Amino acid sequence: MLFLALDSSATASVALGRIEGGQLTLLAHRATTDTRSHAEVMSPFVADVMAEAGVNGHDLDAVLTGTGPGPFTGLRAGIVTARALAVAWDLPLYGMMSLTALAEAAHAVAREAGQQRFLVVSDARRREVYSALYELTETGYSLVQGPTVGPASQTPTLPAYGIGTSLYPQDFDAQPGFESLQPEASHLLRAAARLGASALSTDTSALYLRESDAKVPAARKKAGS
Amino acid sequence: MTKANTEPLVLGIESSCDETGIGIVRGSTLLTNTVASSMEEHVRFGGVIPEIASRAHLDAFVPALKQALDEAGVTLEEVDAIAVTAGPGLAGALMVGVSAAKALAVATGKPLYGINHLVAHVGVGLLDDCGIEGHTADFLDGLPREGLGALLVSGGHTEILAVRDITGDVELLGATLDDAAGEAYDKVARLLGLPYPGGPAIDQAAREGDGSVFAFPRGLSTRKFMGTVEEPGPHRYDFSFSGLKTAVARVVEGFEARGEEVPVADVAASFQEAVVDVITEKAMLACIERGIKTLLLGGGVAANSRLRELTAQRCAEHGIKLVIPQLSLCTDNGAMVAALGARLLTEGRQPSGIDFTADSSLPVTTISV
Repeated sequence: MLFLALDSSATASVALGRIEGGQLTLLAHRATTDTRSHAEVMSPFVADVMAEAGVNGHDLDAVLTGTGPGPFTGLRAGIVTARALAVAWDLPLYGMMSLTALAEAAHAVAREAGQQRFLVVSDARRREVYSALYELTETGYSLVQGPTVGPASQTPTLPAYGIGTSLYPQDFDAQPGFESLQPEASHLLRAAARLGASALSTDTSALYLRESDAKVPAARKKAGS
Repeated sequence: MTKANTEPLVLGIESSCDETGIGIVRGSTLLTNTVASSMEEHVRFGGVIPEIASRAHLDAFVPALKQALDEAGVTLEEVDAIAVTAGPGLAGALMVGVSAAKALAVATGKPLYGINHLVAHVGVGLLDDCGIEGHTADFLDGLPREGLGALLVSGGHTEILAVRDITGDVELLGATLDDAAGEAYDKVARLLGLPYPGGPAIDQAAREGDGSVFAFPRGLSTRKFMGTVEEPGPHRYDFSFSGLKTAVARVVEGFEARGEEVPVADVAASFQEAVVDVITEKAMLACIERGIKTLLLGGGVAANSRLRELTAQRCAEHGIKLVIPQLSLCTDNGAMVAALGARLLTEGRQPSGIDFTADSSLPVTTISV
């Protein structure tokens, strides 16, 4: 199956790959290093990876989008791009929690290190992190807790992977080699290959984890009362 | 070939504030105007909350798109071009529509126009049968070639535009320096204990009141700001409503401090009179001095009965033709975006590509990015 995956939960990334027999062949991918240009780059990235692999929309079998958690505006840019592509190409659309990408990238190393449980952490801005706790299984890993948002100091003490660990080094048992790792579409594709299309969720609701900051105004105080 | 098949089929997307709009036109014929509003979600806050509006856009987009295509009886493959509001507006809200539009452009290979929201409000005048009874835009070619102006009044905008060429030459003559008129309505409604949105509530309350009871200020109307025809002041066609809002607050507080009942209807009517008077007065001045012979009234506050009445009266006095689009085309919508997009395409204007940035303060002189 030919999959197009997008993630805009941190940086912006797009990946195109073929999934066969649980294995991913990555055909093309693009990613930014910055975290503030999602609305500009997502669609150009899609056009780029399609052109590089020499495929068009009607060759695709499915679209997969990371659903966050991530900063709101960027997160929406990726999800709405994926939704619009799926409508235009009349393709099935799947959603995957973006921190899965970090777990996918980290689990083999965690297994080698004998870590039964591990934490993945990304940047939630505002002096907070998004995190999720995973446990190794016979064939891979499964989500035990999360995703959650909060101060780094309140996360469980476990081997930790992902960019969030380098932002608050005093609060994490950071695993070397993963300090700059961001959730990325190519890792979501790899996770999708592991799970198989039939196990993917069709829910693409954005995982904001925070309400808007708006406060309901208090009743107006009357003069003289 | 029939006319219907030679004119371009254009899909327009609007997400600059709290309305997710998808419109589809064939040339000057409106096929559908689908709008999903998050207005109800903002009521308890007494104003539009950008983050809430943006979240609503994300979830409304695909259903609105499907509904619009269904109503118009067309497919995305048949569309000749896509147009989207690139600004001005709420940044986070704009980015939902812009991202979606780019995705549709990539998926279909169709040209994409990122266009100016304010000019799109004038663009509704290009549509057949856009106007209300007595104020139609019965031009042969949609819009007059010369002497066209627009008065846009909404919760986010209060502007006077000179439109010399809707695809190439639009000038901002005047704008509010602080609150938009609709915003002032919302704030004053809150002062008076009236519901959100304030426009309809105040309009309703004012019907029972006397607009001459309180002399509220007309912002930027003194000679210092206005100057003369020969030597215009710095804000001859500009507006300010924050002082007016404060003046209303003082009056309301005065009644409350004296333990008297606030005469809501009279305050509402007097406030409305001040807003409508200064808007129409300055609009007429701009029309007369800048050779505007046809004025299009747009934006959500165009629904206000007193604004319509006084604008019509003053336009008639000065021999200016007034065009008032139907309300569904005055408030934010995708049809206006599609209409302007169709004209840009017809005139062979360069599409925007897919790597442009949404611009929350896009100047009116930039008609397409």
